[in-house]
Amino acid sequence: MSSRSELNIPEPKHSIPGMGVSNNQGLLQWISSVDHKQIGIMYLWLSMVFLVIGGIEIMLVRMQLAVPNNHLLGPEAYNQLFTMHGTTMIFFVLTPAIFGFATYLVPLMIGANDMAFPRLNALSFWMTFFGGFLLYFSFLAGGAPDAGWFNYAPLNQYNYSSSPGINYYCSGLLLSGIGTVTASVNFIVTILKYRVKDMGLKQMPLFVWMILINSFLVLAAFPSLNAALVMVLLDRQLHAHFFNMAGGGSALLWQHLFWLFGHPEVYILILPIFGIFSEIFPVFSRKPIFGYGFVVASGMAIALLAFGVWVHHMFATGLGNTINNFFAASSLLIGVPTGVKVFNWLATMWGGSIRFSVSMLFGIAFLIEFTIGGLSGVSFAIVPIDWQLTDTYYVVAHLHYVFIGGSLFGLLSGLFYWFPKISGRVLDEKMGRWFFWLFVTGFNTTFLVQHALGAMGMARRVYTYPDLPGWGILNLISTIGGFLMAIAVGLLIYLLVRSVRTAPLASDDPWDANTLEWTTSSPPALQNFKQVIPVKSTRPYRDYKRPDDTDWSRKGGDGK
Amino acid sequence: MTQIGAERVEMENKLMIKLVVGTEAMFFLALIMVFVYFSLAPGFRQLQIAELDLRSTGLFSLLLFSSSFTYWRAEHSYNKGNIKKLKLWLLVTIVLGLAFLFGQGKEYVRLLHDHVNLGANTFGTSFFTLTGFHGLHVVIGLLVIGIAICLAAAGDFDNKASTLIGIIGIYWHFVDIIWAVVFFVVYVIPHIH
Repeated sequence: MSSRSELNIPEPKHSIPGMGVSNNQGLLQWISSVDHKQIGIMYLWLSMVFLVIGGIEIMLVRMQLAVPNNHLLGPEAYNQLFTMHGTTMIFFVLTPAIFGFATYLVPLMIGANDMAFPRLNALSFWMTFFGGFLLYFSFLAGGAPDAGWFNYAPLNQYNYSSSPGINYYCSGLLLSGIGTVTASVNFIVTILKYRVKDMGLKQMPLFVWMILINSFLVLAAFPSLNAALVMVLLDRQLHAHFFNMAGGGSALLWQHLFWLFGHPEVYILILPIFGIFSEIFPVFSRKPIFGYGFVVASGMAIALLAFGVWVHHMFATGLGNTINNFFAASSLLIGVPTGVKVFNWLATMWGGSIRFSVSMLFGIAFLIEFTIGGLSGVSFAIVPIDWQLTDTYYVVAHLHYVFIGGSLFGLLSGLFYWFPKISGRVLDEKMGRWFFWLFVTGFNTTFLVQHALGAMGMARRVYTYPDLPGWGILNLISTIGGFLMAIAVGLLIYLLVRSVRTAPLASDDPWDANTLEWTTSSPPALQNFKQVIPVKSTRPYRDYKRPDDTDWSRKGGDGK
Repeated sequence: MTQIGAERVEMENKLMIKLVVGTEAMFFLALIMVFVYFSLAPGFRQLQIAELDLRSTGLFSLLLFSSSFTYWRAEHSYNKGNIKKLKLWLLVTIVLGLAFLFGQGKEYVRLLHDHVNLGANTFGTSFFTLTGFHGLHVVIGLLVIGIAICLAAAGDFDNKASTLIGIIGIYWHFVDIIWAVVFFVVYVIPHIH
């Protein structure tokens, strides 16, 4: 292999390294990599770094809110911190974590050796990376963005926010948005063209199905955000009048464009999670998924309806009863396919022989927390309730129940499930349980009380508040819960780093799992598969391990 | 590469560019919706009629539309294996694209001379953003076709294994179709009544 020395780029000598950055092949090998597994791991580490940064920001915010009339932070610093917290968590924690799992797992799950366009894959990652870098550069450049993560006009205009922060918000999100779109193009081509020959669409793992649906959602939703970001930049830099009312523009236009992206975006952050759980519930209940077709179809229904509900973010803007009622109805409707999925998972567990691994614990916690978040979400579809509660802490509680109790629990569940495959090491289940209980307790302590605070009328995004009855104690409880979560995240990082370094080696198939990624070594070699086992059902590896009891030979049995 | 392998790569690359074009279409949809939204405000229509030259831009638009035809001829020549004709038709396509950009530039200069610019009013804001982004796409298309000519001159397409010509074609036709919509919305609609 003379070409290897000519290229002067270190190629991996044996199997792809685990999750550690410091490995025998050096940093350059990571930076120059076009291997989907390494890029996936880099996405996951990127997400972890931003989780810590976004977490520190919100801990400062919670400390400021711990007691009434506090002046630890001034209003300017407070605005920057909550804006950066929201933007970071959504665009640089949840999104890269989801794309990291997808980049790592989609080729493995469909029996492919890499993505369709490996270099495009690397481009997507580095776009996201530098998008985040650019966003955070704003701190050095004279002030972070301070108009909230949804950056409403007119607050995003120069007259209201004259620091360069919002310019960095726009350019950072544009870069990472392009990365997200190119990654989605890559996923669709990979899934549709690179499946192993005998895997039809009906044998595809549900995680892959959800990534496929999700990618179409990204392609349709992100352009709206990108266009809106460009318009803000033009407004601020070249004195255009898109959102500037004095020049004839429209502040509401921003809300339409943003939420036309923003509401599909929340489904972009939850559909892959539905996919993760549709893998995990069958494995740990030792049953096939209940209603495979319903999981897929309800995913499609969610994706389509996602584009018809955005105005429920704008009920308070006075668009009139006809419009409000239409979007109230569509918002109530979109709860149905989501509910269908919850029943799919419950029915999968029903009668199963359940193993309570940490991964499964997060799954069960997800069913409860996400249902709470879903119910508070449905309450916003009812216009009068929305008018009362919008822009209060009730919204904050709701969105954290779906983003943390939904998306983050799913990612953590996936992390505990796939960590042995990705790193080749066992993740300590006992300490994992400590982490689970600490995190779940902290999460509910922080956010359950915020429902009450919101109902009592505490507005979100105010940097301090008067000493009204109950407000002080509820906020203090919330802050204590925040510290519990911070300790839990610290524990998780310690657990991960320790496991990557010293934990015992994992077997290739530690969970007795069903899908193709478990048929390769842990971690997989540079070439994922030498040959792939036959795929005749949604649980090919189980069929392979139990040839006398296969899913495809059992007529009319459970499952599909 | 085997025959089946080459066909598979072509399918993949075609699917890729179709997805890119689809997401680009959504981007333009957002810009067009903003233009239409602003055009409903009083005074906007009058500005459209007074400031825009339907006839001149219409002529330059015809040049852009005919570049789709010449590109189709280029693709046809390539599939026939006639590299010489391929280069010729690609060159004609570029000339037509440049002529369109010249027309757009002429109109921009005239508008700026009339003090209609990005910051003048919502008409300037939405007009320059929409047509500017389309112009940017034309420029990118011309650059890519230019690269294709260089590759053809270097002999890269002699054995017909590349999917590049077909893929650029999908993009280039898309840029034309978008202009047809933009032209109709921006230039033609105010004259209908």
